[in-house]
Amino acid sequence: MTDFPLLPEQASTIAQSVDTLYWVLVAISVFFTVLIFALIFVFAIRYRRRRPDEIPRPILGSLRLELFWSITPGIIAIAVFAYGTVVYFRNSAPPADAMEMFVVGKQWMWKIQHPEGHREINELHVPVGRPVKLVMTTEDVIHSFYIPAFRVKMDVVPGRYTTMWFQPTKVGKYHLFCAEYCGTEHSRMKGWVYVMEPVDYENWLSGKATTETMAAAGERLFQKLGCQSCHRADAPGRGPVLAGVFGSTVVLATGEKVVADESYLRESILRPQAKIVAGYRTLMPTFEGQLTEEQLLQLIAYIKSLGTRERIDTGP
Amino acid sequence: MSTVLTAPPVETKTNYLNESYGIKSWLLTKDHKRIALLYLAAITFFFAVGGFFAVLIRLELITPAGDLMQPETYNKAFTMHGVMMIFFFLIPAVPAVLGNFLVPMMIGARDLAFPRINLLSWYIYMVGGVFTLYAMVAGGVDTGWTFYTPYSSTYSNTQVMATAIGIFILGFSSILTGLNFIVTIHKMRAPGLTWFRLPLFIWAHYATSVIQILGTPVVAIAIVLVGLERAFRIGIFDPKLGGDPILFQHLFWFYSHPAVYIMILPSMGVISELVTCFSRKKIFGYGFVAMSSVAIAVLGFLVWGHHMFVSGQSVYAGMVFSILSYLVAIPSAIKVFNWTATLYRGSISYQTPLLYALGFIGLFTIGGLTGLFLANLAVDVHLHDTYFVVGHFHYIMVGGAIMGYLGGLHFWWPKITGRLYPEGWARLSALVLFVGFNLTFFPQFILGYLGMPRRYHAYPEEFQVLNVMSSAGASILAVGYIIPMIYLIWSMRYGKPAPANPWGATGLEWQIPSPPPSYNFEKTPVVTEEPYVYSHEEAQVV
Repeated sequence: MTDFPLLPEQASTIAQSVDTLYWVLVAISVFFTVLIFALIFVFAIRYRRRRPDEIPRPILGSLRLELFWSITPGIIAIAVFAYGTVVYFRNSAPPADAMEMFVVGKQWMWKIQHPEGHREINELHVPVGRPVKLVMTTEDVIHSFYIPAFRVKMDVVPGRYTTMWFQPTKVGKYHLFCAEYCGTEHSRMKGWVYVMEPVDYENWLSGKATTETMAAAGERLFQKLGCQSCHRADAPGRGPVLAGVFGSTVVLATGEKVVADESYLRESILRPQAKIVAGYRTLMPTFEGQLTEEQLLQLIAYIKSLGTRERIDTGP
Repeated sequence: MSTVLTAPPVETKTNYLNESYGIKSWLLTKDHKRIALLYLAAITFFFAVGGFFAVLIRLELITPAGDLMQPETYNKAFTMHGVMMIFFFLIPAVPAVLGNFLVPMMIGARDLAFPRINLLSWYIYMVGGVFTLYAMVAGGVDTGWTFYTPYSSTYSNTQVMATAIGIFILGFSSILTGLNFIVTIHKMRAPGLTWFRLPLFIWAHYATSVIQILGTPVVAIAIVLVGLERAFRIGIFDPKLGGDPILFQHLFWFYSHPAVYIMILPSMGVISELVTCFSRKKIFGYGFVAMSSVAIAVLGFLVWGHHMFVSGQSVYAGMVFSILSYLVAIPSAIKVFNWTATLYRGSISYQTPLLYALGFIGLFTIGGLTGLFLANLAVDVHLHDTYFVVGHFHYIMVGGAIMGYLGGLHFWWPKITGRLYPEGWARLSALVLFVGFNLTFFPQFILGYLGMPRRYHAYPEEFQVLNVMSSAGASILAVGYIIPMIYLIWSMRYGKPAPANPWGATGLEWQIPSPPPSYNFEKTPVVTEEPYVYSHEEAQVV
């Protein structure tokens, strides 16, 4: 690093590919900027008015030139579009073995929970070299989870889950920003991402007083809310069996098929009548307004812990 | 257009400025030229207000700590800066001042098609302005000019309603001006002035007007919905009420992306006039330049989703919006190359308006090219909502739109006021503006890639050097705006009287006295050839 860096640190698997693309775009921009500036300077000097009554010979235009400078920028534009889209899609779906962490934004802090149950505020500890997937939502307004050193950013939207993932490549301490304006203390809604050696990460996890894993907390909540009276573990009750439901394709009463991802489970808890599984009736009460975002994430973690079927990938 | 060399008509004693006096003769005028001056006074005032907030922002950002203002005050400052500059200055600047003054004159008409509606649109603009100023004085608004929900509809405790009402009202002024231009251009062209003989300034205003009447109602609807949710808790955007916060972004950007073209297209029209006049050349590729304005207006409606690549919208939607955004590069490139080619083998004189035009071409090129970064899915994930975006749109809006506006204002100043401005001061300030502008906004590209998010009141220390550069540039930029304000006002009284056609330009507006009589043309002109005919020599083929 020089004293005057032009790039943030490259600390994730995608940082390099985004930066390469960036430099390609810089090269294209510099080329055209220099070309236009040079042409203007040369023409302005070469063809300066020498006599007040000078009238140059008119030039009509040239179809060949017009086509040349429409088609060339067109081709360049399509090429960088394709390049960017390939990089984007290659990095868009998280690997199947990604560790999951849960993020809840709130004016003006980031609340993060590890599956093992550890909670952090404005800090995120992750091991180096492991893909990490974040499942994110917010209690109030839109925020945006941004780690410049990883070149990743995703808005965090109330009422739904958004996900993003990254794989850190370098141990260190990196900025975490809220990038979407969210009110008075927006610029204080920031923190640090700590990328640690796996051993250090394990030590960090075990050094913290663990309450209970997210799934265990979710199970307790599941019992407390009486969910098990309908969603029985062994045989179908009044509601579908939840073991193995996560990631499976569910057939609805309407005949439509949906993948049971986090957003589907969230909706089915809050507004059960929205998507009824084929063969069941609308009996479940709505839990809208009765659960915090964190409790919802715990319930989902519990349902996930009941086993996942082969995941049908839906993208980020 | 008629030829350059026709003798200027005999100066008449009365013109639109001295024909009648008194405040009533201005406030009840139906003369498009006087209404243009009413707009000029109003937008200059709002520009000064917006500029005042820009000063506050740049002062705060000199140091990393948020030490000059409270965070809430800072948030209100950047919100008011955006609202004032975009809605009250940039959108009306060229169309409502220069367009109002010139559209009838350039097509050989005595006024716009609906002079009363024209005056009405100024009053609507002022009423919208009063509401927004009231909101500012009564505590300000802190949502950002983008009014993203549910922050604006549920969480902000500031004057969202008054501001929203102000902008809602203002929108009608924009719609009416657009409507007036479209009808005028269709129905009131002088005999012989066919579509492909129109000056490119007219083509640009035609394309702009189409965007104004199609786009503005959508943002008006979005604002009404925010107001309904705020006032009556009707669930539209807030998920707690059953709404969808992303819906607002779709509605907002469906207008606000085309709005960028409302700001830049008229300036592009100005540049075509300036480049041809000061190189005494026909525009290179008239048809391509004219049609690229139309292409930009059409494509402009299809790219709004590129503001939402990280909003959670589908990756496939992102892909479609990305490629559509890239297509805008083509008409933009056509314009830049054709302006540059017009200079080729011209007779170039470095008068102030041309300096602004060349500045525009250079800065618009950089602004456009940095758009390639933001239209790119993979790079935009990193750059979205950082200072890179701030740098990019200031290159388009300030480097582009305002340079074009100032270039046009200088070019037609003799026609508008009947006086010449002091050339030396004007050239100096054009240069100061160019330097100050680049120093202010270029560092922001680097800041953005380094990861500094926009709308931050306080920031990490490593970003300070670039922020200080930006603030230093802004102080130079301020000087560059203050000098023209002084000498232009000075010249209204003390400037040398201007002849009818000080630049030796073609175009019908230069065939009538400066300042023009109220009725513009004594006799309706007859147009016999295309625009920008500076020489009747046979055209060269290249």
